[in-house]
Amino acid sequence: MRASVGLMQGNEACARGAIVAGCRFYAGYPITPSSEIAEELARLLPQVGGKFIQMEDEIGAMGACIGASLGGVKSMTATSGPGFSLKQENLGYAIYTEVPCVVVNVMRGGPSTGLPTSPAQSDVMQARWGTHGDHPMIALAPASVREVHDCTIRAFNLAERLRTPVILLYDEVIGHMREKVELTDPSQVAIVERPKPTCPPEVYLPYKAGEDDVPPFVRFGEGYRYHVTGLAHDERGFPTQNPRVVEAHQRRLHRKVERHRDEIAAYETFMLEDAEVAVFAYGITARSARAAVRTARSEGLRAGLLRPISLWPFLDLEVGKLAQQVKAIVVAEMNLGQMIYEVERAAQGRARVAAYQKASGEPIHPEEILAALQEVR
Amino acid sequence: MRYEVRISGEGGQGVILAGIILAEAAIRDGRNVVQTQVYGPESRGGATKAEVIISDEEIDYPKAGRIDLLLALTQEACDKYSGDLKDRGAMIVDSSQVTALPPGGFTLFALPIIETAKEKLGKGVVANIVALGTIAALSSAVSREAIEKAVLARVPTGTEELNLMALAAGFELAGASSQ
Repeated sequence: MRASVGLMQGNEACARGAIVAGCRFYAGYPITPSSEIAEELARLLPQVGGKFIQMEDEIGAMGACIGASLGGVKSMTATSGPGFSLKQENLGYAIYTEVPCVVVNVMRGGPSTGLPTSPAQSDVMQARWGTHGDHPMIALAPASVREVHDCTIRAFNLAERLRTPVILLYDEVIGHMREKVELTDPSQVAIVERPKPTCPPEVYLPYKAGEDDVPPFVRFGEGYRYHVTGLAHDERGFPTQNPRVVEAHQRRLHRKVERHRDEIAAYETFMLEDAEVAVFAYGITARSARAAVRTARSEGLRAGLLRPISLWPFLDLEVGKLAQQVKAIVVAEMNLGQMIYEVERAAQGRARVAAYQKASGEPIHPEEILAALQEVR
Repeated sequence: MRYEVRISGEGGQGVILAGIILAEAAIRDGRNVVQTQVYGPESRGGATKAEVIISDEEIDYPKAGRIDLLLALTQEACDKYSGDLKDRGAMIVDSSQVTALPPGGFTLFALPIIETAKEKLGKGVVANIVALGTIAALSSAVSREAIEKAVLARVPTGTEELNLMALAAGFELAGASSQ
């Protein structure tokens, strides 16, 4: 296959990216504005020997993904707010049992059934803390159709490499808009496979990690002994309440993500070099912010943009550096205050942090961000 | 230069398909393009719109805000969606459907788009392609060659000739009106 240029929808790009990444199992329950991902994978998966299943609900879909992944197949599910709430319990199960999978949440207005066909960015904290218990999380937030494609591949690579679920978060506008996209030749895309054990089955311990804190993974039924439970477990995978073992396991789970932070971290800076004020924005809002920065510059205001592509783990270092450089950071987001608390924490009072927030179900317009920038100059 | 087109009508008229074809024509011309739509809970009826932004530069904000060309196939769509038309923009309306026009300094083209599809081509469903012909003719958005190829690439097999005739009819309507 060669590189291809064409008009593509965000959700379609997600499905295509999944296929390139090696996803061969999708379980889901249709929900606007994510349904095109399921539609497209129902068409594409059988063509590559994969399986598509529409489950009875989102809980079942998440469970099916975990099962398929334990069976050795790269798996994905996609949903929106209400379904994302339902997936939380099994999401925690996947984190604790270290089963790689990709969960897509195309964000719409909430809470509850909310605004099914309108964009929002109000699930970013749910992505981080939605499932109970102490846990690390990886979430990516693309801002263009091409980036949806690439981030889907990245989500699979990170999930497989680190044996953990990865969440892909984007809003209705990114999901439904069509854009001119040039895709790279799939054979040129780096694909990561889950780490395999080198030891014989008799000595294999499914939750014993090497130096990088990621335990090697075997497919269920491959001849290796393997026990999976949502209870706190030891290196053999069997339940334990031994405080020392439990604590060590918890800490390893966190360390596994923390130590690979640089591998996960992704962001884009725009006109930041000499900026005195900056916008922090992700997803669709970052596109408006970019336009606002261009206009601000043409009016003599030295503005810039920090656009996180990885939302979790949070870009503490980058935001900290930014806070040292600029006098104010405008955090623009389509919610009434979520990522702004992380920005405030990382800024540590070194720059003023101002909010531009919108919860009307409409994207933030560049002019609104421009006005917010002018206010903090 | 950023060029914004909004195609509006009612659900089921093929307004979004027209937007997609226009966007694909722009790609054939080597331009950057983003297409969005208002996406309501209903699949038929009700005012609906598709927006296409064409530019030689990177397109940041994907929604239309200062529209260069607006097309309305129904009165409801015209009432609801004509607000963002630029002062010196162009407005194409279906002359049988849209009778009450908003105030403004735009250039008006009232054309029998739906009637042409029904009477001249014998198929009401190609009104969206006739509309595309008028848009391509009355704007510098896309080249004729690109729009023809884009239409052919999207329409069902066996309807190529009909759709090319519909497109040509749109060009004719526009030509007659701008003379």
